[in-house]
Amino acid sequence: MFEFTEDQIKRYSRHILLPEVGGKGQIKISEAKVLIIGAGGLGSPAGLYLGAGGVGTIGIIDGDSVDLSNLQRQVIHHTSDINTPKVLSAKRKIEDINPDVKVIAYHERVTAKNAIDLFKAYDVILDGTDSFSSKFLINDAAYFARKPLVHGGILRFSGQMMTILPGKTACYRCVFKEPPPEGLIPSCQEAGVLGGLAGVIGTLQATEAFKIILGAGNLLTDQIMTHDALQMRFRKVRVHKNPKCPLCGEKPEISQLIETEQKVCKI
Amino acid sequence: MRLKINGKFEEFETGTVQDLLLSKKIEPRMVSVELNSKILDRNEFETSSLKEGDILEFLFYMGGGR
Repeated sequence: MFEFTEDQIKRYSRHILLPEVGGKGQIKISEAKVLIIGAGGLGSPAGLYLGAGGVGTIGIIDGDSVDLSNLQRQVIHHTSDINTPKVLSAKRKIEDINPDVKVIAYHERVTAKNAIDLFKAYDVILDGTDSFSSKFLINDAAYFARKPLVHGGILRFSGQMMTILPGKTACYRCVFKEPPPEGLIPSCQEAGVLGGLAGVIGTLQATEAFKIILGAGNLLTDQIMTHDALQMRFRKVRVHKNPKCPLCGEKPEISQLIETEQKVCKI
Repeated sequence: MRLKINGKFEEFETGTVQDLLLSKKIEPRMVSVELNSKILDRNEFETSSLKEGDILEFLFYMGGGR
């Protein structure tokens, strides 16, 4: 039986006070495994909050190293981390905040080859990637691995989010079907992104992950939430599982993972 | 006629979803359109005629994360 030390009870006291969490919920959090894909603008705040909140195992996968241009928004990385692999930089910060957390760092990209086996080792998948090819690949892999996915996307002053329970609720392909033609949608590198906006969406993704672990409240399923920071507006749009979805529809066309090379926001 | 687009009422003369997108200078390939709670295929944009009271949601691709 899982037992907290006195220090742990103190560390998690503000969680434990919540009726929706309590001691039992904090044990669930401590036993949970969350995979963060991309240690960037979305993955940074998500990793910090999931780690601080006591998620027992956090996997982080990212093939890049920290660059000076990342630091405006990727708050898990510090100036002294420049040129360090992002996953190692992130692992150090999370373990420094909370030594209870086991951080598994994968210094590589998510691919059609590694995705499904990797996802199967986790309870919740959090998408903080920067390209449509990755976002569609992750959506498909989460479906085949049957793992809850918290999707997030950002550009300029806008953000987007949806939670997907594969096979049960609308998936990314139910709404967007396939990646847009290459070059049509500008990248963050080309178009920019407000630092704090990444924090807003990444933090909301972490919040959804906690709710999935706890079974608390209502998830952002069958809905897309869009955030417009300039108008400070949040909007939820109801979406439905699409019978014509090429992945989870009535006549699925996708039976295995496919990978298209298309970078949206390379840094 | 009056349409509700992304939660706001707007006037539009007449036409299809494709016409509406073009009138708003929205590239049809960069948006998903939900018409009265149903996601349209992109090849349905040109064949979906709009009528008074239709409710549309334009859902834009957002691919960044870093």
